[in-house]
Amino acid sequence: MSHARIAPDRGPPGPLLKAGLEARGPKIAAPLEVRDLRTTLFTRRGEMKAVDGLSLTVGAGETVALVGESGCGKSLSALSIMRLLPDPPARIVGGEVRLNGRDIVALSEDDMLDVRGKEIGMIFQDPMSSLNPVATVEKQIVEVLTAHADLSRSAARARALELLELVGMPDAARRLDAYPHQLSGGMCQRVVIAMAIACSPSVLIADEPTTALDVTVQAQVLALLKKLQADAGMAMIFITHDLGVVAETADRVVVMYAGRKVEEATVDDLFEAPLHPYTVGLIGATPTPGAERAERLADIPGMVPPLNALPQGCAFAPRCKRVMERCLGERPALRETAPGRLVACFAVEGG
Amino acid sequence: MSPSTSPSGSSSASLLSLRDVHVRFNTAAGVVRAVSGVSLDLAVGETLGLVGESGCGKSTLGKAIMKLVPAAAGEIRVEGIDIAPLGRAELTDMRRKVQMIFQDPYGSLNPRSTVGRSVAQPMVLAGWKPDAIAARLETLLGWVGLPSEAKQRFPHEFSGGQRQRIGIARALALGPKLIICDEPVSALDVSVRAQVINLLEDLKTEFGVSYLFISHDLSVVEHIADRVAVMYLGTLVEVGGRDQIWRTPQHPYTKALLAAAPIANPKIARMRQRTVLQGELPSPLNPPAGCPFHSRCPIAQDRCRSERPELRPVSNGAQAACHFV
Repeated sequence: MSHARIAPDRGPPGPLLKAGLEARGPKIAAPLEVRDLRTTLFTRRGEMKAVDGLSLTVGAGETVALVGESGCGKSLSALSIMRLLPDPPARIVGGEVRLNGRDIVALSEDDMLDVRGKEIGMIFQDPMSSLNPVATVEKQIVEVLTAHADLSRSAARARALELLELVGMPDAARRLDAYPHQLSGGMCQRVVIAMAIACSPSVLIADEPTTALDVTVQAQVLALLKKLQADAGMAMIFITHDLGVVAETADRVVVMYAGRKVEEATVDDLFEAPLHPYTVGLIGATPTPGAERAERLADIPGMVPPLNALPQGCAFAPRCKRVMERCLGERPALRETAPGRLVACFAVEGG
Repeated sequence: MSPSTSPSGSSSASLLSLRDVHVRFNTAAGVVRAVSGVSLDLAVGETLGLVGESGCGKSTLGKAIMKLVPAAAGEIRVEGIDIAPLGRAELTDMRRKVQMIFQDPYGSLNPRSTVGRSVAQPMVLAGWKPDAIAARLETLLGWVGLPSEAKQRFPHEFSGGQRQRIGIARALALGPKLIICDEPVSALDVSVRAQVINLLEDLKTEFGVSYLFISHDLSVVEHIADRVAVMYLGTLVEVGGRDQIWRTPQHPYTKALLAAAPIANPKIARMRQRTVLQGELPSPLNPPAGCPFHSRCPIAQDRCRSERPELRPVSNGAQAACHFV
């Protein structure tokens, strides 16, 4: 509710800290700073480190892509940041998630209700299942609005219409009274986006937002997200397995493997000179239209190991082309090879 | 890869030939025209990519070729034989030549059958002797890169990529000439997707099998296909060689599709100007009159709203169905 805005734990440090950092130069306090985040799944088959020490900073107006294959922990990272983990089995066991300067890991669920939707929004892969099938579009958007602001019914309805128009919903006025099943996948995703940005959050997490959509609709939704982000200066985390989408949307890229960050770089650096053998493999395995036709795609042998059976050393070692003796027994730490350029690999260090 | 490079498939080497094929479904809401008037040829040893967005009829067309759904009109010939009048016994013979693999390998394997039983099933149905089946089973698993002990295990014990390998082994069992691949790698992770694509290409080199490769993923089709057919709302809008389609697309829908496809290269991605296609696919229950694409087409004119364009040769050597190219 609206009184959360002046909650004592948030009020004083936020603006002051921000002003202080701004004064020091270009490094403005980022809307989202994740430090050493650890999420563990407690299951019958043992404890699995689903997110193992993830650090991540997303600046205002910046898009950071979180890339990796299924099971690498990218979605659980997002759910951890949103504090939407299914508990049990998943629990955050360490680290900080600083949202606009405030660590939200320790917040109570009641406080989180005020944070979600207002300061941080999320879009999921399957738009159909993230909407309530028995509520109209209007009702669902209005619910978000009235949860975080004191709006009259008519004002909320007017704002809902405004939002639908903003996300490019065709025939928006009529769609207010529609139910999700009457809309196409692309239109549903627009409704979900409208709900996510309804309260102008400073951080938006998009988890595979276009994976279920057709390619022309995907292009529409990507263009829409870019525009909304640029207009509002939102910080965005874009989770995807599709390197094409990464190249089109991201400023910076974080590559994850088996719960850990293995490489971080600007999008240009990553595609031009990938360092980690896993990143090299991913790029080689992705066909690029227009390029000379390769005889074969560079495939990565084997598959992602299950989290409860991670190898002792580097988790990628069993599939790695550059594996060395050292990789089997020791886990490489993230090292900064250049400002903002991180990689966790012994072979890169040695060469 | 095709022996003769004639763009309009000459019937001599034609493995599969479709002439004006229609598929309709009667539903409570009316007649869905899933495929309306598709003509297409596939030569021996060729990989033909069939691309389009969901609901364009590409999977239905694949199923019609397998006679899993009946064609309402038109002719489907496999090695010159019209499949429409075939009875049960003759159909068995036809299906030996044409096999299919599906997007969701888990959904296409019986969860209660061992992998060995699933892969052996086509041979059992074809009346093979048990020892011949056992020997063939070993060979097939070897081809697709699965260990021999896989045959005693159940589908749930395998990953998505391995299940797709099982599906491929089953499709190969009877030595087919054509495999219809319906989105075979769409559910797979990037690294595993590359493994399966490479496997399909290796099998083609080794056995000369042809593929009808149905996919919405243009970059995958660009990699694997010799020729490409672009489908929109039940009709073909452009058919041509891979390079013709990619370098010099003619039909406005093909251009829009290519412009919309993400490119895994940030420099190229930034350089190209994207015209994002507006709107969405119209309902096949109520397709627009005239050209099916006119409701979203940037160059549509009055003529397009009334007169349906036919596929005809265009400047790049491909065929396109548009009044204005």
